[in-house]
Amino acid sequence: MRTSLRTIGALVRRALNEIVRVPGAAIPGVLAPTIFMLGLSSVFGAADELRGFTADDFRTYIVPVGLLQGAGFTGAATGVNLARDIEGGWFDRLLLCPAPRLTLLLGIVGSAALRGLLPATFLFLVAMALGVPFPGVDGLILAILLIAGLASAMAFFSVSVALRFRTQQAAPLMQIASFSAILFTTAYAPKELLTDWLRAIATINPVTHVLEGVRQGFVADVTWGETWPALLAIAGMLALFGAVATRGLRRFGT
Amino acid sequence: MIRASVALARRALLNALRRPQFLAPLVIFPTFFLAVNVGGLSRTTDLPGFPQVDGFLDFQLGAAIVQSLLLGGVSAGIAVALEIEGGFFDRLAASPIPRISIVAGRLLAAGAIALGQIIYFLILGLIFGASIKGGVLGVLIVMVIGVLAGIGFGAVGVLLALKARNASTVQGIFPLVFVVLFISSAFFPRNLLSSPADVIADYNPLSYVADGLRDPIISTVSAAPVLEGIAAAGGIALVFSGLAVLALRGRLGNA
Repeated sequence: MRTSLRTIGALVRRALNEIVRVPGAAIPGVLAPTIFMLGLSSVFGAADELRGFTADDFRTYIVPVGLLQGAGFTGAATGVNLARDIEGGWFDRLLLCPAPRLTLLLGIVGSAALRGLLPATFLFLVAMALGVPFPGVDGLILAILLIAGLASAMAFFSVSVALRFRTQQAAPLMQIASFSAILFTTAYAPKELLTDWLRAIATINPVTHVLEGVRQGFVADVTWGETWPALLAIAGMLALFGAVATRGLRRFGT
Repeated sequence: MIRASVALARRALLNALRRPQFLAPLVIFPTFFLAVNVGGLSRTTDLPGFPQVDGFLDFQLGAAIVQSLLLGGVSAGIAVALEIEGGFFDRLAASPIPRISIVAGRLLAAGAIALGQIIYFLILGLIFGASIKGGVLGVLIVMVIGVLAGIGFGAVGVLLALKARNASTVQGIFPLVFVVLFISSAFFPRNLLSSPADVIADYNPLSYVADGLRDPIISTVSAAPVLEGIAAAGGIALVFSGLAVLALRGRLGNA
Protein backbone atom coordinates (compact mmCIF):
# COMPACT_ATOMS: atom_id res chain seq x y z
CA MET A 1 0.00 0.00 0.00
CA ARG A 2 2.78 2.40 1.00
CA THR A 3 4.72 1.53 -2.18
CA SER A 4 1.63 2.20 -4.26
CA LEU A 5 1.16 5.59 -2.62
CA ARG A 6 4.81 6.45 -3.30
CA THR A 7 4.38 5.47 -6.96
CA ILE A 8 1.22 7.57 -7.25
CA GLY A 9 3.05 10.48 -5.61
CA ALA A 10 5.96 10.16 -8.05
CA LEU A 11 3.64 10.20 -11.07
CA VAL A 12 1.75 13.19 -9.71
CA ARG A 13 5.04 15.03 -9.12
CA ARG A 14 6.18 14.22 -12.67
CA ALA A 15 3.00 15.79 -14.09
CA LEU A 16 3.30 18.82 -11.80
CA ASN A 17 6.96 19.26 -12.76
CA GLU A 18 5.85 19.72 -16.36
CA ILE A 19 3.99 22.88 -15.33
CA VAL A 20 7.09 24.34 -13.67
CA ARG A 21 9.62 23.20 -16.29
CA VAL A 22 7.53 23.77 -19.44
CA PRO A 23 5.31 26.71 -18.38
CA GLY A 24 4.71 27.72 -22.01
CA ALA A 25 2.68 24.56 -22.56
CA ALA A 26 0.54 25.18 -19.46
CA ILE A 27 -0.19 28.89 -19.94
CA PRO A 28 -2.91 28.57 -22.65
CA GLY A 29 -4.79 26.03 -20.51
CA VAL A 30 -4.59 28.31 -17.48
CA LEU A 31 -5.61 31.46 -19.32
CA ALA A 32 -8.34 30.03 -21.59
CA PRO A 33 -11.10 29.63 -18.93
CA THR A 34 -10.51 33.18 -17.69
CA ILE A 35 -10.58 34.54 -21.24
CA PHE A 36 -13.87 32.71 -21.77
CA MET A 37 -15.32 34.03 -18.53
CA LEU A 38 -14.35 37.62 -19.28
CA GLY A 39 -15.38 37.36 -22.93
CA LEU A 40 -18.72 35.68 -22.35
CA SER A 41 -19.67 38.11 -19.59
CA SER A 42 -18.73 41.10 -21.78
CA VAL A 43 -20.64 39.80 -24.77
CA PHE A 44 -23.70 38.20 -23.23
CA GLY A 45 -23.86 40.30 -20.03
CA ALA A 46 -27.23 41.77 -20.99
CA ALA A 47 -28.78 38.29 -20.67
CA ASP A 48 -29.17 38.89 -16.92
CA GLU A 49 -31.97 41.35 -17.77
CA LEU A 50 -34.11 38.46 -19.02
CA ARG A 51 -37.11 37.59 -16.86
CA GLY A 52 -36.41 34.31 -15.06
CA PHE A 53 -32.64 34.78 -14.83
CA THR A 54 -31.56 33.57 -11.38
CA ALA A 55 -28.46 35.69 -10.70
CA ASP A 56 -27.92 39.39 -10.15
CA ASP A 57 -25.35 39.57 -12.90
CA PHE A 58 -24.20 37.35 -15.76
CA ARG A 59 -20.52 37.37 -14.73
CA THR A 60 -21.31 35.78 -11.37
CA TYR A 61 -23.50 33.24 -13.14
CA ILE A 62 -20.77 32.31 -15.65
CA VAL A 63 -17.80 32.07 -13.21
CA PRO A 64 -18.59 28.45 -12.20
CA VAL A 65 -18.67 27.51 -15.91
CA GLY A 66 -15.11 28.82 -16.26
CA LEU A 67 -14.02 26.92 -13.15
CA LEU A 68 -15.35 23.66 -14.60
CA GLN A 69 -13.96 24.45 -18.07
CA GLY A 70 -10.49 24.59 -16.51
CA ALA A 71 -11.13 21.17 -14.98
CA GLY A 72 -12.37 19.82 -18.33
CA PHE A 73 -9.39 21.18 -20.27
CA THR A 74 -7.02 19.69 -17.68
CA GLY A 75 -8.72 16.31 -17.91
CA ALA A 76 -8.44 16.35 -21.70
CA ALA A 77 -4.78 17.46 -21.51
CA THR A 78 -4.05 14.46 -19.27
CA GLY A 79 -5.22 12.15 -22.05
CA VAL A 80 -3.23 14.06 -24.68
CA ASN A 81 -0.10 13.83 -22.52
CA LEU A 82 -0.61 10.10 -22.08
CA ALA A 83 -1.01 9.69 -25.86
CA ARG A 84 2.27 11.59 -26.26
CA ASP A 85 3.95 9.22 -23.78
CA ILE A 86 2.53 6.20 -25.62
CA GLU A 87 3.79 7.53 -29.00
CA GLY A 88 7.22 8.25 -27.54
CA GLY A 89 7.55 4.80 -25.95
CA TRP A 90 7.80 6.18 -22.39
CA PHE A 91 4.51 4.55 -21.35
CA ASP A 92 5.74 1.11 -22.44
CA ARG A 93 8.73 1.50 -20.16
CA LEU A 94 6.42 2.64 -17.35
CA LEU A 95 4.35 -0.52 -17.74
CA LEU A 96 7.49 -2.60 -17.20
CA CYS A 97 7.96 -1.20 -13.69
CA PRO A 98 6.83 -3.48 -10.85
CA ALA A 99 3.73 -1.48 -9.92
CA PRO A 100 0.08 -2.53 -10.33
CA ARG A 101 -1.53 -0.94 -13.37
CA LEU A 102 -4.27 0.56 -11.21
CA THR A 103 -1.58 2.42 -9.27
CA LEU A 104 -0.19 3.87 -12.51
CA LEU A 105 -3.68 4.96 -13.55
CA LEU A 106 -4.35 6.63 -10.19
CA GLY A 107 -1.04 8.48 -10.44
CA ILE A 108 -1.91 9.86 -13.87
CA VAL A 109 -5.44 10.86 -12.86
CA GLY A 110 -4.37 12.19 -9.45
CA SER A 111 -2.17 14.73 -11.20
CA ALA A 112 -5.21 15.94 -13.17
CA ALA A 113 -7.13 16.56 -9.93
CA LEU A 114 -4.38 18.89 -8.71
CA ARG A 115 -3.63 20.51 -12.07
CA GLY A 116 -7.33 21.32 -12.53
CA LEU A 117 -7.07 23.66 -9.54
CA LEU A 118 -4.47 25.85 -11.26
CA PRO A 119 -6.72 27.49 -13.91
CA ALA A 120 -9.50 27.54 -11.31
CA THR A 121 -7.36 29.49 -8.83
CA PHE A 122 -6.33 32.02 -11.47
CA LEU A 123 -9.90 32.50 -12.64
CA PHE A 124 -11.21 32.73 -9.07
CA LEU A 125 -8.70 35.48 -8.20
CA VAL A 126 -9.58 37.46 -11.35
CA ALA A 127 -13.30 37.05 -10.60
CA MET A 128 -12.83 38.24 -7.01
CA ALA A 129 -10.85 41.24 -8.25
CA LEU A 130 -13.74 42.09 -10.58
CA GLY A 131 -16.25 42.06 -7.73
CA VAL A 132 -17.82 38.63 -8.04
CA PRO A 133 -19.14 37.77 -4.55
CA PHE A 134 -17.16 35.32 -2.37
CA PRO A 135 -19.00 31.97 -2.32
CA GLY A 136 -18.38 31.42 1.40
CA VAL A 137 -15.95 28.93 2.94
CA ASP A 138 -18.39 26.05 2.48
CA GLY A 139 -19.06 27.06 -1.13
CA LEU A 140 -15.34 27.34 -1.84
CA ILE A 141 -14.51 23.94 -0.32
CA LEU A 142 -17.35 22.33 -2.24
CA ALA A 143 -16.19 24.02 -5.47
CA ILE A 144 -12.62 22.72 -4.96
CA LEU A 145 -13.93 19.19 -4.39
CA LEU A 146 -16.15 19.28 -7.46
CA ILE A 147 -13.48 20.84 -9.69
CA ALA A 148 -10.91 18.21 -8.67
CA GLY A 149 -13.54 15.50 -9.10
CA LEU A 150 -14.56 16.65 -12.58
CA ALA A 151 -10.92 16.98 -13.67
CA SER A 152 -10.37 13.39 -12.52
CA ALA A 153 -13.51 12.09 -14.25
CA MET A 154 -12.56 13.82 -17.52
CA ALA A 155 -9.00 12.52 -17.12
CA PHE A 156 -10.31 8.95 -16.76
CA PHE A 157 -12.34 9.46 -19.93
CA SER A 158 -9.41 10.98 -21.88
CA VAL A 159 -7.05 8.27 -20.67
CA SER A 160 -9.50 5.67 -22.04
CA VAL A 161 -9.48 7.44 -25.40
CA ALA A 162 -5.66 7.69 -25.39
CA LEU A 163 -5.33 3.98 -24.54
CA ARG A 164 -7.77 3.10 -27.32
CA PHE A 165 -6.33 5.27 -30.13
CA ARG A 166 -2.70 5.58 -28.90
CA THR A 167 -2.11 8.84 -30.79
CA GLN A 168 -2.24 12.55 -30.04
CA GLN A 169 -4.44 12.93 -33.12
CA ALA A 170 -7.30 11.80 -30.88
CA ALA A 171 -6.91 15.07 -28.92
CA PRO A 172 -9.94 16.81 -30.53
CA LEU A 173 -12.13 13.89 -29.42
CA MET A 174 -11.04 14.37 -25.81
CA GLN A 175 -11.38 18.17 -25.96
CA ILE A 176 -14.77 18.14 -27.66
CA ALA A 177 -16.13 15.65 -25.11
CA SER A 178 -15.12 17.82 -22.16
CA PHE A 179 -16.23 21.00 -23.93
CA SER A 180 -19.70 19.58 -24.69
CA ALA A 181 -20.15 17.97 -21.28
CA ILE A 182 -19.71 21.36 -19.60
CA LEU A 183 -21.51 23.64 -22.05
CA PHE A 184 -24.54 21.45 -22.80
CA THR A 185 -25.84 22.23 -19.33
CA THR A 186 -27.33 25.29 -17.66
CA ALA A 187 -24.02 27.02 -18.46
CA TYR A 188 -25.52 30.19 -19.97
CA ALA A 189 -28.98 30.37 -18.48
CA PRO A 190 -31.36 28.64 -16.04
CA LYS A 191 -33.19 25.61 -17.40
CA GLU A 192 -36.43 27.55 -17.83
CA LEU A 193 -34.76 29.89 -20.36
CA LEU A 194 -33.10 27.18 -22.47
CA THR A 195 -34.55 25.97 -25.76
CA ASP A 196 -36.40 22.66 -25.49
CA TRP A 197 -33.62 20.49 -26.97
CA LEU A 198 -30.90 21.98 -24.75
CA ARG A 199 -33.15 21.74 -21.69
CA ALA A 200 -33.64 18.03 -22.43
CA ILE A 201 -29.88 17.44 -22.73
CA ALA A 202 -29.11 19.55 -19.64
CA THR A 203 -31.65 17.53 -17.63
CA ILE A 204 -29.94 14.19 -18.32
CA ASN A 205 -26.39 15.56 -18.34
CA PRO A 206 -24.84 14.80 -14.92
CA VAL A 207 -22.46 17.76 -15.27
CA THR A 208 -25.49 20.06 -14.87
CA HIS A 209 -25.71 18.92 -11.23
CA VAL A 210 -21.97 19.50 -10.77
CA LEU A 211 -22.26 22.98 -12.26
CA GLU A 212 -25.23 23.87 -10.06
CA GLY A 213 -23.32 22.51 -7.07
CA VAL A 214 -20.40 24.86 -7.75
CA ARG A 215 -22.71 27.75 -8.67
CA GLN A 216 -24.90 27.70 -5.54
CA GLY A 217 -22.30 29.41 -3.34
CA PHE A 218 -21.84 32.22 -5.86
CA VAL A 219 -25.51 33.05 -6.46
CA ALA A 220 -27.08 32.04 -3.10
CA ASP A 221 -26.37 29.92 -0.02
CA VAL A 222 -24.99 26.38 -0.06
CA THR A 223 -27.72 23.85 0.64
CA TRP A 224 -27.66 20.08 1.03
CA GLY A 225 -30.43 19.85 -1.57
CA GLU A 226 -28.11 21.28 -4.27
CA THR A 227 -24.99 19.57 -2.88
CA TRP A 228 -25.87 15.90 -2.80
CA PRO A 229 -26.88 15.65 -6.51
CA ALA A 230 -23.52 17.23 -7.43
CA LEU A 231 -21.56 14.79 -5.25
CA LEU A 232 -23.59 11.86 -6.54
CA ALA A 233 -23.02 12.94 -10.17
CA ILE A 234 -19.25 13.20 -9.62
CA ALA A 235 -19.15 9.83 -7.86
CA GLY A 236 -21.10 8.23 -10.71
CA MET A 237 -18.83 9.71 -13.41
CA LEU A 238 -15.69 8.70 -11.51
CA ALA A 239 -17.00 5.14 -11.10
CA LEU A 240 -18.08 4.80 -14.74
CA PHE A 241 -15.08 6.41 -16.45
CA GLY A 242 -12.70 4.91 -13.89
CA ALA A 243 -13.98 1.42 -14.71
CA VAL A 244 -13.64 2.04 -18.46
CA ALA A 245 -10.09 3.38 -18.08
CA THR A 246 -9.09 0.47 -15.81
CA ARG A 247 -10.41 -1.98 -18.39
CA GLY A 248 -8.55 -0.15 -21.17
CA LEU A 249 -5.30 -0.23 -19.21
CA ARG A 250 -5.67 -3.94 -18.41
CA ARG A 251 -6.11 -4.69 -22.12
CA PHE A 252 -3.28 -2.37 -23.20
CA GLY A 253 -0.38 -4.33 -24.70
CA THR A 254 -1.96 -7.75 -24.17
CA MET B 1 3.83 33.30 -61.06
CA ILE B 2 0.15 32.39 -61.40
CA ARG B 3 0.94 28.80 -62.43
CA ALA B 4 3.30 28.34 -59.50
CA SER B 5 0.79 29.88 -57.08
CA VAL B 6 -2.02 27.63 -58.33
CA ALA B 7 0.20 24.55 -58.15
CA LEU B 8 1.20 25.38 -54.56
CA ALA B 9 -2.44 26.11 -53.67
CA ARG B 10 -3.45 22.70 -55.05
CA ARG B 11 -0.71 21.05 -53.02
CA ALA B 12 -1.80 22.84 -49.83
CA LEU B 13 -5.44 21.90 -50.47
CA LEU B 14 -4.62 18.24 -51.13
CA ASN B 15 -2.53 18.15 -47.96
CA ALA B 16 -5.44 19.56 -45.98
CA LEU B 17 -8.00 17.19 -47.51
CA ARG B 18 -5.80 14.17 -46.85
CA ARG B 19 -5.69 15.03 -43.14
CA PRO B 20 -9.34 15.65 -42.27
CA GLN B 21 -8.46 15.39 -38.58
CA PHE B 22 -6.88 18.85 -38.93
CA LEU B 23 -9.74 20.28 -41.02
CA ALA B 24 -12.61 18.96 -38.89
CA PRO B 25 -11.91 21.15 -35.81
CA LEU B 26 -12.31 24.24 -38.03
CA VAL B 27 -16.02 23.55 -38.23
CA ILE B 28 -16.65 21.30 -35.24
CA PHE B 29 -15.76 23.81 -32.51
CA PRO B 30 -17.75 26.69 -34.06
CA THR B 31 -20.68 24.31 -34.62
CA PHE B 32 -20.69 23.38 -30.94
CA PHE B 33 -20.47 27.03 -29.95
CA LEU B 34 -23.29 27.86 -32.32
CA ALA B 35 -25.45 25.14 -30.79
CA VAL B 36 -24.72 26.19 -27.21
CA ASN B 37 -25.20 29.90 -27.89
CA VAL B 38 -28.46 29.36 -29.72
CA GLY B 39 -29.76 26.80 -27.22
CA GLY B 40 -28.80 28.82 -24.17
CA LEU B 41 -29.45 32.39 -25.20
CA SER B 42 -32.22 32.32 -27.79
CA ARG B 43 -34.46 34.43 -25.50
CA THR B 44 -32.01 37.34 -25.73
CA THR B 45 -33.67 38.37 -29.00
CA ASP B 46 -36.44 39.72 -26.71
CA LEU B 47 -34.03 42.22 -25.10
CA PRO B 48 -34.75 45.88 -25.84
CA GLY B 49 -32.36 47.08 -28.56
CA PHE B 50 -31.88 43.67 -30.18
CA PRO B 51 -32.30 43.97 -33.97
CA GLN B 52 -35.35 42.45 -35.63
CA VAL B 53 -34.45 38.82 -36.48
CA ASP B 54 -36.40 35.65 -37.18
CA GLY B 55 -34.35 33.78 -34.61
CA PHE B 56 -31.08 33.79 -32.67
CA LEU B 57 -29.68 31.15 -35.07
CA ASP B 58 -29.93 33.63 -37.97
CA PHE B 59 -28.02 36.18 -35.87
CA GLN B 60 -25.35 33.71 -34.74
CA LEU B 61 -24.58 32.21 -38.17
CA GLY B 62 -22.26 35.12 -39.04
CA ALA B 63 -20.42 34.67 -35.73
CA ALA B 64 -19.91 30.95 -36.38
CA ILE B 65 -18.53 31.70 -39.85
CA VAL B 66 -16.07 34.32 -38.52
CA GLN B 67 -14.95 31.99 -35.74
CA SER B 68 -14.41 29.15 -38.19
CA LEU B 69 -12.46 31.40 -40.58
CA LEU B 70 -10.21 32.58 -37.73
CA LEU B 71 -9.46 28.96 -36.84
CA GLY B 72 -8.71 28.42 -40.53
CA GLY B 73 -6.09 31.17 -40.25
CA VAL B 74 -4.46 29.41 -37.28
CA SER B 75 -4.52 26.16 -39.24
CA ALA B 76 -2.84 27.78 -42.27
CA GLY B 77 -0.15 29.17 -39.98
CA ILE B 78 0.45 25.77 -38.38
CA ALA B 79 0.77 24.16 -41.84
CA VAL B 80 3.45 26.68 -42.88
CA ALA B 81 5.26 26.34 -39.53
CA LEU B 82 5.34 22.54 -39.93
CA GLU B 83 6.82 22.99 -43.44
CA ILE B 84 9.49 25.28 -41.97
CA GLU B 85 10.25 22.80 -39.16
CA GLY B 86 10.37 19.87 -41.59
CA GLY B 87 12.72 21.64 -44.02
CA PHE B 88 10.27 21.60 -46.97
CA PHE B 89 9.98 25.38 -46.87
CA ASP B 90 13.73 25.80 -47.45
CA ARG B 91 13.60 23.47 -50.47
CA LEU B 92 10.64 25.47 -51.78
CA ALA B 93 12.55 28.73 -51.36
CA ALA B 94 15.47 27.25 -53.31
CA SER B 95 13.24 26.23 -56.24
CA PRO B 96 13.02 28.45 -59.38
CA ILE B 97 9.61 30.00 -58.61
CA PRO B 98 8.73 33.59 -57.69
CA ARG B 99 8.91 33.90 -53.92
CA ILE B 100 5.58 35.67 -53.79
CA SER B 101 3.99 32.45 -55.10
CA ILE B 102 4.89 30.69 -51.86
CA VAL B 103 2.63 33.05 -49.91
CA ALA B 104 0.05 33.44 -52.70
CA GLY B 105 -0.36 29.65 -53.06
CA ARG B 106 -1.01 29.22 -49.35
CA LEU B 107 -3.51 32.10 -49.32
CA LEU B 108 -5.37 30.80 -52.38
CA ALA B 109 -5.78 27.50 -50.54
CA ALA B 110 -6.98 29.40 -47.45
CA GLY B 111 -9.58 31.14 -49.63
CA ALA B 112 -10.80 27.83 -51.08
CA ILE B 113 -11.06 26.26 -47.61
CA ALA B 114 -12.90 29.40 -46.42
CA LEU B 115 -15.46 28.92 -49.21
CA GLY B 116 -16.03 25.35 -48.00
CA GLN B 117 -16.47 26.57 -44.40
CA ILE B 118 -19.02 29.22 -45.47
CA ILE B 119 -21.04 26.72 -47.51
CA TYR B 120 -21.03 24.29 -44.57
CA PHE B 121 -22.45 26.88 -42.15
CA LEU B 122 -25.04 28.20 -44.60
CA ILE B 123 -26.32 24.67 -45.24
CA LEU B 124 -26.25 23.90 -41.49
CA GLY B 125 -28.24 27.07 -40.81
CA LEU B 126 -30.82 26.28 -43.48
CA ILE B 127 -31.24 22.73 -42.16
CA PHE B 128 -31.92 24.02 -38.63
CA GLY B 129 -34.42 26.67 -39.66
CA ALA B 130 -32.44 29.80 -40.48
CA SER B 131 -33.36 31.81 -43.52
CA ILE B 132 -31.17 33.97 -45.71
CA LYS B 133 -33.19 37.10 -46.21
CA GLY B 134 -30.82 38.50 -48.85
CA GLY B 135 -31.56 35.58 -51.19
CA VAL B 136 -29.05 34.49 -53.83
CA LEU B 137 -27.39 37.93 -53.84
CA GLY B 138 -27.07 37.70 -50.08
CA VAL B 139 -25.39 34.28 -50.33
CA LEU B 140 -22.92 35.65 -52.89
CA ILE B 141 -22.10 38.61 -50.66
CA VAL B 142 -21.53 36.31 -47.68
CA MET B 143 -19.18 34.25 -49.83
CA VAL B 144 -17.22 37.30 -51.07
CA ILE B 145 -16.74 38.77 -47.59
CA GLY B 146 -16.02 35.33 -46.10
CA VAL B 147 -13.42 34.36 -48.70
CA LEU B 148 -11.67 37.73 -48.38
CA ALA B 149 -11.65 37.33 -44.59
CA GLY B 150 -10.43 33.72 -44.91
CA ILE B 151 -7.51 34.90 -47.05
CA GLY B 152 -6.80 37.70 -44.58
CA PHE B 153 -6.81 35.41 -41.53
CA GLY B 154 -4.70 32.90 -43.49
CA ALA B 155 -2.20 35.71 -44.12
CA VAL B 156 -2.10 36.48 -40.38
CA GLY B 157 -1.33 32.79 -39.73
CA VAL B 158 1.39 32.69 -42.43
CA LEU B 159 2.93 35.89 -41.05
CA LEU B 160 3.05 34.44 -37.54
CA ALA B 161 4.54 31.18 -38.82
CA LEU B 162 7.26 33.02 -40.74
CA LYS B 163 8.11 35.06 -37.66
CA ALA B 164 7.83 32.28 -35.04
CA ARG B 165 9.14 29.39 -37.21
CA ASN B 166 7.57 26.72 -35.02
CA ALA B 167 4.10 25.20 -34.92
CA SER B 168 3.63 25.22 -31.14
CA THR B 169 3.97 29.01 -31.00
CA VAL B 170 1.38 29.44 -33.74
CA GLN B 171 -0.86 26.94 -31.92
CA GLY B 172 -0.43 29.08 -28.81
CA ILE B 173 -2.36 31.97 -30.40
CA PHE B 174 -5.53 29.83 -30.35
CA PRO B 175 -6.92 31.54 -27.20
CA LEU B 176 -6.29 34.93 -28.85
CA VAL B 177 -8.82 33.98 -31.53
CA PHE B 178 -11.47 34.10 -28.85
CA VAL B 179 -10.13 37.33 -27.37
CA VAL B 180 -10.48 39.22 -30.67
CA LEU B 181 -13.90 37.65 -31.20
CA PHE B 182 -15.16 38.61 -27.75
CA ILE B 183 -14.19 42.25 -28.27
CA SER B 184 -16.16 42.46 -31.50
CA SER B 185 -19.85 42.48 -32.35
CA ALA B 186 -19.61 38.94 -33.80
CA PHE B 187 -21.72 37.30 -31.08
CA PHE B 188 -24.05 40.06 -29.93
CA PRO B 189 -25.30 43.46 -31.12
CA ARG B 190 -22.80 46.23 -30.44
CA ASN B 191 -25.31 48.33 -28.47
CA LEU B 192 -25.87 45.45 -26.01
CA LEU B 193 -22.22 44.66 -25.28
CA SER B 194 -20.87 45.50 -21.83
CA SER B 195 -18.30 48.24 -21.38
CA PRO B 196 -15.46 48.37 -22.49
CA ALA B 197 -16.15 45.67 -25.10
CA ASP B 198 -18.73 47.94 -26.79
CA VAL B 199 -16.17 50.72 -27.30
CA ILE B 200 -13.39 48.37 -28.47
CA ALA B 201 -15.82 46.65 -30.85
CA ASP B 202 -16.27 49.95 -32.69
CA TYR B 203 -12.57 49.91 -33.60
CA ASN B 204 -12.24 46.15 -34.19
CA PRO B 205 -12.32 45.36 -37.94
CA LEU B 206 -13.73 41.94 -37.04
CA SER B 207 -16.97 43.68 -36.01
CA TYR B 208 -17.39 45.00 -39.54
CA VAL B 209 -16.56 41.62 -41.09
CA ALA B 210 -19.15 39.94 -38.83
CA ASP B 211 -21.79 42.62 -39.44
CA GLY B 212 -21.17 42.40 -43.20
CA LEU B 213 -21.62 38.62 -43.11
CA ARG B 214 -24.71 38.89 -40.90
CA ASP B 215 -26.60 41.62 -42.69
CA PRO B 216 -27.52 39.61 -45.84
CA ILE B 217 -28.63 36.73 -43.57
CA ILE B 218 -30.94 38.64 -41.21
CA SER B 219 -32.28 41.31 -43.61
CA THR B 220 -32.44 42.32 -47.21
CA VAL B 221 -29.08 43.50 -48.50
CA SER B 222 -28.20 46.99 -47.30
CA ALA B 223 -25.26 48.89 -48.74
CA ALA B 224 -23.52 50.25 -45.62
CA PRO B 225 -22.79 47.04 -43.62
CA VAL B 226 -21.97 45.09 -46.79
CA LEU B 227 -19.51 47.70 -48.09
CA GLU B 228 -17.97 48.07 -44.62
CA GLY B 229 -17.65 44.29 -44.43
CA ILE B 230 -15.98 44.07 -47.83
CA ALA B 231 -13.65 46.96 -46.94
CA ALA B 232 -12.71 45.42 -43.56
CA ALA B 233 -12.17 41.90 -44.93
CA GLY B 234 -10.35 43.20 -48.02
CA GLY B 235 -8.22 45.51 -45.87
CA ILE B 236 -7.19 42.65 -43.56
CA ALA B 237 -6.36 40.49 -46.61
CA LEU B 238 -4.33 43.24 -48.30
CA VAL B 239 -2.39 44.43 -45.25
CA PHE B 240 -1.51 41.00 -43.85
CA SER B 241 -0.72 39.46 -47.26
CA GLY B 242 1.72 42.32 -47.80
CA LEU B 243 3.23 41.82 -44.35
CA ALA B 244 3.52 38.06 -44.96
CA VAL B 245 5.38 38.67 -48.25
CA LEU B 246 7.70 41.12 -46.48
CA ALA B 247 8.28 38.60 -43.68
CA LEU B 248 9.13 35.94 -46.27
CA ARG B 249 11.63 38.27 -47.94
CA GLY B 250 13.13 39.08 -44.56
CA ARG B 251 13.41 35.41 -43.65
CA LEU B 252 15.03 34.45 -46.95
CA GLY B 253 17.31 37.46 -46.71
CA ASN B 254 18.50 36.31 -43.29
CA ALA B 255 18.93 32.70 -44.39
